[in-house]
Amino acid sequence: MYESMMKVIGGYGLVSGFAVIGVTMWLSYWLSARLTRGRLHGSAIAIFLGLVLSYFGGVLTGGQKGLVDIPLLSGIGLLGGAMLRDFAIVATAFGVNIDELKRAGVSGVVSLFFGIGVSFVAGVGVAMAFGYTDAVSLTTIGAGAVTYIVGPVTGAAIGASSEVMALSIAAGLVKAILVMVVTPFVAPMIGLNNPRTAVIFGGLMGTSSGVAGGLAATDPKLVPYGCLTAAFYTALGCLLGPSLLFFIMRAVAA
Amino acid sequence: MIIYGVAFLALCTLVGLFIGELLGKLLGVPANVGGVGIAMLLLIFIGSYLNKRGLITAKSEQGVEFWSAIYIPIVVAMAAQQNVFGALSGGPMAILAGTVAVVASFAMVPLLDRLGQKKPEPVADKPLTTPQR
Repeated sequence: MYESMMKVIGGYGLVSGFAVIGVTMWLSYWLSARLTRGRLHGSAIAIFLGLVLSYFGGVLTGGQKGLVDIPLLSGIGLLGGAMLRDFAIVATAFGVNIDELKRAGVSGVVSLFFGIGVSFVAGVGVAMAFGYTDAVSLTTIGAGAVTYIVGPVTGAAIGASSEVMALSIAAGLVKAILVMVVTPFVAPMIGLNNPRTAVIFGGLMGTSSGVAGGLAATDPKLVPYGCLTAAFYTALGCLLGPSLLFFIMRAVAA
Repeated sequence: MIIYGVAFLALCTLVGLFIGELLGKLLGVPANVGGVGIAMLLLIFIGSYLNKRGLITAKSEQGVEFWSAIYIPIVVAMAAQQNVFGALSGGPMAILAGTVAVVASFAMVPLLDRLGQKKPEPVADKPLTTPQR
């Protein structure tokens, strides 16, 4: 019987993913209504549950893909993978108000540069506090604080050690996860309730998964505005990291 | 037909990602340069053009709306496959670096919001949502 069940669940991975996520969503909305009286969005609880479960998935299997490394749940990987994620993000743009977007356009571009600068400086500052002094390590860890893709891309380009690269990836992961969890709580304090601030938020945070999750947990209407600017962040970071930012750090560290 | 909407969405996504790849090649960046963002812009502008000419039926719209609605479950599935264990076992420096970056970026949101508002336009700031109780 176990074998037959595994065959069905394994063979119909995506369908199993829909079932598992559907149940998780139902549970989260139930918890949201019962325990928080709707104060905390059901989607925020669902995303948090997903992150907690992926922690245990990582502990159990030692893999890098959280819950998806458990064979029975691998279908979730297909559902939440880059392909369907990007497809659904693009679909959210259908409800976008063109005028709002035009009004926030310039702020979005400005926020991209500020966002990369702020995160980079934060990462470099922490690395310095922990005793790093060479320009290569400082730049790589700073780039990791930009996103977990910019970190290793920059590190590989300027010849960082694998230990520093791993640190930079971890810093970027912490950022993405933190944005997902914290955004619904911080949103009222920073005025994140309209398309304009969502565009700025996307450009400042930049981590696509963090912005996608954080805005979904705050207000789904804001998702397309934030994700639109965030889409340019990682690439801009990859462009600036091994070039401009590294040159600045080399001048500063020397 | 619903498939027209889904296919339109698929074409916008693919063309956007393709342009992003090409831009990456041109700039020498090992990443897709704004592919998803370009795809969103394509969907917005081509979509509104087709809408104005009455070329998108309500039925085809449903093909896009379904995927827009399934977005949150997809994000939950995405959360379930983040390397949370890896992030937390990165040690205090990695955790602190990520945290400081997030806190500083959050603090910048209201600053940049104020910076860009030369002409006060009350309409622009009308909240999309009603405040949560």
